[in-house]
This record gives sequence, structure tokens and C-alpha cells, in this order.
Amino acid sequence: MDLKFKIWRQDGPEAAGRMEDYELTGISPDMSLLETLDVLNEQLIANGETAIAFDHDCREGICGTCGMFIDGRPHGPLTGITTCQLHMRSFEDGATIHVEPWRVDAFPVIRDLVVDRSAFDRVIQAGGFVSVNAGTAPEANSIPVRRADAERAFDAAACIGCGACAAVCKNSSAMLFVAAKVSHLSLLPQGRVEAVERVRGTVAQMDAEGFGGCTNTGACEAECPKHVSMEHIARMNWEFVKATLFSRE
Amino acid sequence: MQSSIAGKLWMAATGLFLCLFLLVHLFGNLQLFLPRPQGQLQFNFYSHLLSSNPLIKIAGLATYAGILGHAVLSLLLTRRNRAARSVPYAYSRPQDASPWYARNMGILGTVLLIFLVIHMKTFWYEYHWGAVGVDSGGHRDLYAVVLAAFDREWYVALYVVAMAAMGYHLLHGVESAFRTFGFQPRRFARLAHRLGVAFAVGVSALFAIIPVYVYLVQRW
Ligand code: HEM
Ligand code: SF4
Ligand code: FES
Repeated sequence: MDLKFKIWRQDGPEAAGRMEDYELTGISPDMSLLETLDVLNEQLIANGETAIAFDHDCREGICGTCGMFIDGRPHGPLTGITTCQLHMRSFEDGATIHVEPWRVDAFPVIRDLVVDRSAFDRVIQAGGFVSVNAGTAPEANSIPVRRADAERAFDAAACIGCGACAAVCKNSSAMLFVAAKVSHLSLLPQGRVEAVERVRGTVAQMDAEGFGGCTNTGACEAECPKHVSMEHIARMNWEFVKATLFSRE
Repeated sequence: MQSSIAGKLWMAATGLFLCLFLLVHLFGNLQLFLPRPQGQLQFNFYSHLLSSNPLIKIAGLATYAGILGHAVLSLLLTRRNRAARSVPYAYSRPQDASPWYARNMGILGTVLLIFLVIHMKTFWYEYHWGAVGVDSGGHRDLYAVVLAAFDREWYVALYVVAMAAMGYHLLHGVESAFRTFGFQPRRFARLAHRLGVAFAVGVSALFAIIPVYVYLVQRW
């Protein structure tokens, strides 16, 4: 395949960035997009230019580090996959592919396509955990959980913290991520105990990081690589209402 | 507004309150479908009943406050949300992920606000301060004001366009508001969705048909 790229280049957090044009020929449709960027970087290095910085780790859709905006959508034109699972066969031969970092002020660009997603870590530190050591997976019948709750908690637990939800949201809202954590833990007995502190803490931190507010457009759910459902946002709202109106101090 | 969720809860509360107001208002307007002589008397009687009732006066004040609160809050929240992305995407395809009306609630709302100002001038202002006659039942003839207003094509068209905007505003708004309150219909998810759509489309369509009906039928 012969492909053209328009890729965001930015030398550092404070530097002004720009879209730059690149061309590649003889790309196999079976290559992943990250492998194609690897090929491009080898060419750049051979020409004495600086390689394009991008984040990645597992390259199998489980770590959540590789997120970028590809052809106008997070993780590219397909749904239900991460950037590292995107292959060149998903593009037309001769296409021009736009690649940009997440545009969310709470995720500042470090360099090129790499953003700092530590805002999510601080949201987790503000309550997205269970304080006691819950140990390894308990014996199956020692802590009964309703099957429906277990399924919903599992749906929320699929979140890999990639940031696509905030990246695609017109409000740069991180609600789907935060709701996944709040919902996951408050549905299970080990996490239920701290549900009030969790929803207060994580929502306050989410706002403090500068994410926007949710208006339920549904873009997050549509673009989430793990199909985390917006139902969790409703559940988090309900947890918030309960914590505000009904919880004892 | 401290918390973004508290902000959207107020947005949803005022929005749903305005939906309730729409239902009451629609009930009054439907009387314009009644055949001419007693329809006129009944409509004017109903208008008099409402404007002279202290409970309705309080509800009216609450509605003004609701619209004002809803609009001001929407401005504050939209500004905060815009500020969360200072560098826009060079290339973005939002249409692949969400419907246009869900992304443009502020614009649809602004159309409604402009419409409301015109609407208040034509009917509320005229009814209270305009030169309005008296019908055979002795009540101020708001019915005649309605007929005169919808005698003009552009004015009928304005209503239809504004009600289309309201339909889209509510198409997203009603379901969004319930979600904001934490409503998770689960087994009834599809039914709840359909009820939301039915409310948005039904209420807006009925409001829109009335001026057309008055223009085509009642004027003569
Ligand atoms: C009769 C008039 C109106 C009704 C019945 C109405 C109803 C609603 C409802 C039910 C919502 C959903 C709340 C939520 O998302 O939680 C909403 C949201 C909204 N409304 Fe209205 N509204 C009206 C007028 C207006 C006006 C005049 C404006 C602006 C000047 C406006 C701007 C907005 C905005 C920006 C939102 C937020 C949308 C979002 O969350 O995406 N609305 N409205
Ligand atoms: S909710 Fe989905 S889109 Fe958001 S961070 Fe988690 S996996 Fe990514
Ligand atoms: S590199 Fe781990 S999810 Fe893509």
C-alpha cells in the first residue's frame, strides 16, 4: 500500500506544534498502524531526522497506553479496538491518514503523539480503590455476589484507562472512565463500604483536573475500545445523588 | 457551581420542570382545535381563568425562573466545557460517534430563547397591555390575537421551525435528564427510550400543528 500521513509534531510540552506530511510506499495491509509508524520512524532516523514519539506497551489492547486520534476518531475508524489493534487493511490504498494526540487540556502533550494521562491516576488515588487488602481471588462461595451485579461490575472493569472517552467527548469529559471505576467497585461487596467517599473523591478530582462535564452525548460509549456502557454514568450519578442527599456524615 | 455533576443535575431538574410546563401549556393550546364559536369562548375563558388564578401566577413565576436558570446555567457549563479543550483537533469526525442535536443543545436552546421572546411579545404582552377586544362572554379576546398572529405565513413558519428545534432539543434532553438523575431502566430500557422519543416528537408536533391548523382552517 502507498499511504500519506499528516502527523502532529511537537518538540515538547511548551513548544508550538504543527501537522507534518509524510509518505510511505510498499506498506503491507497486514501491518498494524503502530508498525507502520515504526517503519516511518526508521526512515526518519536514517535521514537524520527525529523519530515521531508515540506511546505503546502491550500492543494487544490491554494496557491502554497507545491511544491517539486517527482520521478524526479515537483509536481510528473501527470500533471496539485500541490503536495497537488497528491494521492498515482498514484504510484505502493511497489514503491520507491524520494522526493527532488526544486534545484534552487535562492530558497535556509531552511530545508529538504522547500525552500525560496521570490525571487519571490522580482520580484513582482520590477514591478509585478498596482501602483494605482484599487479597487474591477469594474462594468462590465465601463472598456471594448477585450474578447480574457481577456481570455489570465486569463490564465496568474492562476499562483500560486509555482516555478515548475524554478525547472524543465534545466537553472533554472523563465521566465514562470515572463512572467505570465508581460503578465497578460500588457494585461489589468489598467496594460498597467506601461508595460514598469514592464517588465524592473521584468526582471532585475529575473536576479539579479540568475535565469538562458530561452532557450524555454518547460519544464516549460509541468510541470506547472496551464498549464500557453509559449505564455506568447513570449509576455514578445515582451514587452521587445518594451520597449528597442521603448519606450520614 | 462546585461539582460538574451538581451542575448537570440542576440542568436536568430545570429542563424536566420546563417539560411539565410544556404539557400544561399544550393542554391550553389544544382548545384551539375546537370548532369556532364555542372554541373562541372556551379559549378566552380558559385564558382568563389562568391569568386570574394566584396559583398559576406562582407557577408562571417559577417557569420564568426555570427558563432563566436553565439558560444561564447552560451558558456557564458550556463555557466550562469549552475551556477543557484549548487546542481543537485538526481533523475530527464527531458525526461518527453522536447525533448532531446532542452536540448542539446550546444552539437549539438559543433558537428556543429567541422564539420565546417573540412569542411573549405577540401573546403575553398583547394580552396584558395591547388593545384587545372583548368576546360575547365578556372575556378579553386572546383568540382574536391568535388568529391575527397566524394570519401571516412567516409567523406560522417561525413557529414550525422553532418547534422543530424544540423537538430535537427534547429528543436528546428528556433521555439525558433521566440519565443524569441516575435512572437506569434496564429491562425497560427500550420502552423508556421510546417514551422519551414519543414525548419529544409528540409534544413538539402538536405545538407545531396548531398554528398551521389555525392558518388553514380556523381563520375562515
Ligand atoms: C421550553 C423550553 C425548554 C425545555 C423544555 C428544555 C428542556 C431541556 C431538557 C429536558 C434538558 C436535558 C437536561 C440534561 O441534559 O440533563 C435540556 C438541556 C439543555 N438545554 Fe434546554 N430546555 C428548554 C429551553 C432551553 C433554552 C432557552 C436554552 C438556552 C438558552 C436551553 C439550553 C440547554 C442546554 C445547553 C442543555 C444542556 C444540554 C446537554 O446536557 O447537552 N434550553 N433542556
Ligand atoms: S471508559 Fe473506555 S474509553 Fe474511557 S478510559 Fe476506559 S477503556 Fe478508555
Ligand atoms: S499498546 Fe497496550 S492497548 Fe495498545
